[in-house]
Amino acid sequence: MIWNEEFETLPREALEALQLKRLKSTIEQVYATVSFYRKKLDEKGIKPSDIQSLQDLRRLPFTTKADLRDNYPFGLFSVPMENVMRMHATSGTTGKPIVVGYTRRDIDIWAELMARTLSCAGVHKGDIVHNAFGYGLFTGGLGFHYGAEKIGASVIPISGGNTKRQVTIMKDFGPTAITCTPSYALYIAEVAQEMGIDPAVDFKIKAGCFGAEPWSERMKDEIEKRFGIDAIDTYGLTEVIGPGVSSECIEAKSGLHIFEDHFIPEMIDPETEEPLRYGEKGELVLTSITKEAFPVIRFRTRDITSLNPECCVCGRTFVRMERVTGRTDDMIIIRGVNVFPSQIESVLMHIEGIEPHYQLIVDRKGSLDILEVQVEVNERIFSDELKQLEKLGKRVEKEIKETLGTTCRCKLVEPKTIQRSEGKAKRVIDKRKM
Amino acid sequence: MKVEQISVFLENKSGRLADVARSLGDAGVNIRALSIADSSDFGILRIIVNDNDKALEVLKKKGFTISKTEVVAVEVSDKPGGLAQVLDLLARESINVEYMYAFVERSSDNAVIVFRFDAMDSAIKVLSLNGVVILDGSTVYSL
Repeated sequence: MIWNEEFETLPREALEALQLKRLKSTIEQVYATVSFYRKKLDEKGIKPSDIQSLQDLRRLPFTTKADLRDNYPFGLFSVPMENVMRMHATSGTTGKPIVVGYTRRDIDIWAELMARTLSCAGVHKGDIVHNAFGYGLFTGGLGFHYGAEKIGASVIPISGGNTKRQVTIMKDFGPTAITCTPSYALYIAEVAQEMGIDPAVDFKIKAGCFGAEPWSERMKDEIEKRFGIDAIDTYGLTEVIGPGVSSECIEAKSGLHIFEDHFIPEMIDPETEEPLRYGEKGELVLTSITKEAFPVIRFRTRDITSLNPECCVCGRTFVRMERVTGRTDDMIIIRGVNVFPSQIESVLMHIEGIEPHYQLIVDRKGSLDILEVQVEVNERIFSDELKQLEKLGKRVEKEIKETLGTTCRCKLVEPKTIQRSEGKAKRVIDKRKM
Repeated sequence: MKVEQISVFLENKSGRLADVARSLGDAGVNIRALSIADSSDFGILRIIVNDNDKALEVLKKKGFTISKTEVVAVEVSDKPGGLAQVLDLLARESINVEYMYAFVERSSDNAVIVFRFDAMDSAIKVLSLNGVVILDGSTVYSL
């Protein structure tokens, strides 16, 4: 189901004309109002009037997360504060938070993008949306909230946490759609089962929009199985707008359509910064072309994906990005081998009976990196015989070695000892002192 | 002929064994026999108790990973060579012992040994045919 048929199915040529027009006006706007961007363009000797084609975008400098941090809190706002209707911020777990602003028009556009996202999952008026993304400075909660209201759905603004209560409400209120992080969805399913409730039978949910953290295809299968639903991958980031940058469609479930009438995607090699071709895996770079309060130019998302321009069965003409497999800063380097937590997740979920809760502990002994993969022992994999359990551990180690080329040690731990997330899961504990 | 044993997965962390013992103690469950198999990271606690249902319920509630396994409890003459005699019978039939441990209490004048074999039914047959006394569940739980 397409929310905005006119824009989401624009022929390529018309779309690119629209993008160019919007790009030009965005560049003019930031050059006139944000000293950071003006300085960077001046350094390169580029005037806004030099942008005459979409290819000219490549002449502009990148914007990094560090740039946004350096301008904390409001240095990159492009409108006076009196026109800022809302602020959101990143959690700041890796340093100073990044603060973003929205004008009334920005909020309207965001709601439109979230309406598109929910429509991608087949959610429409008449549906009840259980929104378990956190409300507050985090963009997930309010983003989905506004989108769900826009399409005319009934919203349960439950936010994250208090999981037993979530389960009770899901059973009693009968929501037909759920929105939250994938790791939280699995935690909800686990708590439901403890309460004697089978999410696949006792809930009326038919679809879910999940995002805000990298997750594997196998994790998606697991969520679909446990809830008996279609799980849709959605993508976005606070720095660019929040959720609502791209979404899978329920028709194909094969890549996320980037809402290109509002964002221009590029794919680069994160090392060389050279542009990559369609299908090549690299870092996604995004430029917003309709935002007023907090436009971003060539923002380096650090998310690893690839772009696919092929037409989709759903009718949307937007380019699709592959499921994000990791972030350049989530990547752990174990003895020179690049490892993304989602790759290990894929291996683990492939092994029958293993819980989708896991943790990676990275440490260094002498000059050697040690990767420990912690897996919980549940009743499905518990054996009374030591050698069976040891065999399981060996199997995990072997399959990770075969798939990722890195050696690890599998540690079997007691059930529920790995911390459950009510938002974004913390998969890696890096104890190395760099 | 078989006796039910409860196995508990335990991480090698101080206090975990105490947690199991306390949980069972608080529920009034008495441990009749136990053994621990351990690797560097974890152990498997195997216990025979006087009230299986209660023990299972309590441990499950506490969040332990548990399973039930069938074992054989055999009376072995409490004299030099008593155990060897029983093991010889099994070796002759190529039956392997997966693990075994002894009861603290005796049954009449004999020691009681708990066995897990790779071929449980054949083992029971061999032992019975050779006149070895195999104790049933109710006898063992109340030893």
